[in-house]
Amino acid sequence: MKKRVVLTFPKESIEEPITYHLIRDYDLMVNILSAKVDPNEEGKMVIELNGQKEMLHNGMDYLKGLGVTIQALAQDVTWDEQRCIHCTACIPLCPSHALSVDRSQMLVSFNSDRCIVCGLCLKACPYHAIEIRF
Amino acid sequence: MPKTIAEINERIKKGEAVVVTAEEIIDLVDKKGIAQTARDVDVVTTATFGPMCSSGFYFNFGHSKPRIRAHKVWLNNIPAYGGLAAVDAYLGATELPEDDPTNTIYPGTFKYGGAHVIEDLVAGRDVRLKAISYGTDCYPKKEVEAIINLNDMNEAVLFNPRNAYQNYNVGVNLSDKVIYTYMGILQPRMGNANYSSAGQLSPLLNDPFYLTIGIGTRIFLGGGIGYVVWNGTQHNPCALRGENGVPKRGAGTLAVMGDLKQMSPNWLKGVSMTGYGVSMAVGIGIPIPILNEEICQFAAVRDEDIYAPVVDYSSTYPQREPDVIAEVNYSQLKKGSISINGKNIPTGGLSSYARAREIAGTLKEWIQKGDFLLTEKVASLPSVDSGISLKALKEKT
Repeated sequence: MKKRVVLTFPKESIEEPITYHLIRDYDLMVNILSAKVDPNEEGKMVIELNGQKEMLHNGMDYLKGLGVTIQALAQDVTWDEQRCIHCTACIPLCPSHALSVDRSQMLVSFNSDRCIVCGLCLKACPYHAIEIRF
Repeated sequence: MPKTIAEINERIKKGEAVVVTAEEIIDLVDKKGIAQTARDVDVVTTATFGPMCSSGFYFNFGHSKPRIRAHKVWLNNIPAYGGLAAVDAYLGATELPEDDPTNTIYPGTFKYGGAHVIEDLVAGRDVRLKAISYGTDCYPKKEVEAIINLNDMNEAVLFNPRNAYQNYNVGVNLSDKVIYTYMGILQPRMGNANYSSAGQLSPLLNDPFYLTIGIGTRIFLGGGIGYVVWNGTQHNPCALRGENGVPKRGAGTLAVMGDLKQMSPNWLKGVSMTGYGVSMAVGIGIPIPILNEEICQFAAVRDEDIYAPVVDYSSTYPQREPDVIAEVNYSQLKKGSISINGKNIPTGGLSSYARAREIAGTLKEWIQKGDFLLTEKVASLPSVDSGISLKALKEKT
């Protein structure tokens, strides 16, 4: 079973080696898609977890026990089709091809399953059509 | 047999005119040849929708009681130029709030500027007007604030000094760090290439020598009706051209105007270019009357025959060096990648082809319904015989 989640952890748990524990104690494959950890602020990490269902469940409980909030990835990035003018400025910057173009119609679409929440498209979109809400 | 605009207008009034878009005419010419297509088709509709910085609107907001000779004017905290008559002002699309952090925290976000005020107004939203003055015997008031909307203004006229560029650079970055430009975010070592033209749909690329588009041409502007009123600033008809006559560099431009009260937020949109500033995406559609085979041939131009220069925006462009890295065509650009020196570079657009297509279709409908008649130009734009060359600034002190 595979899951992509956004972890937000409070200052107190920043020094906890969570990826180490997820791997060693819960036998999970951890793929860090993006991470921002500042000792003075909250930490944010986008990870993909892959492992047995029960272990995944237990791993999540372990994180919750540390005060870490867990959100499914797809909830966080929104593409506003009404604001998008389909200019394609975001397309070459999207590393996971979550944003793509139907070349016959030159229309942009967004596939949230592919998004790794890197945030590059946010700066690239002149029309504020993409938002990230953690 | 050549046609006249008067004859075409007669057919438009009767609902008999044959109108196609600048995409559709390509297929027609393929099937029927130039001569037959020129006979059959009356009008080709062209269009573009992309950021056009040199845009703005002038307005008259009515006299307060007592009167004010508005010396400085703001709409939603964005300064407008008040150096006109008492309650007239001009708001530029790229204007920023005076307290905008700009690029102090690099790259700046430029979330709201003149273009966003214009978008708010055409969307029917209220804006906050503020004006100050020094006070005169005939205009004693020194400060006024009011919530107003587009309907409260006497006139609100979009007047854009430079729009609809005939071709444009493709921006790349040869340096080792990310740069933030008006061509968008450019990744180091040619990580991406950004272009900005509707190519085969773009108005001036379909009439490369301005045979039909001129002063007085009635157009689709921002969702309403407008006019070409002059050549645009930096109009450069003598730029390098291909054998087909189509410019291979930025060349002609148009100054356009129209009643802002008719326009729509779908076709005038505020643009925030990270690290650069604010601009406005403007929707323009221009009809080309197919008066003869030559005009038909030009209007049937296709993406693969329109070349744009690839320019380095990390050094060449800012330093005003002339170097061009390569020339690529719009068919390559729209497929999503170009190849330069064996390297595949993903492309991104700033001009929306999908929206340009929509405008060309809308203008076609307006003409077919008889709602939109063509105008004869009253004067021509300077063309290749003008001898115009772009002047650079001589920094005399």
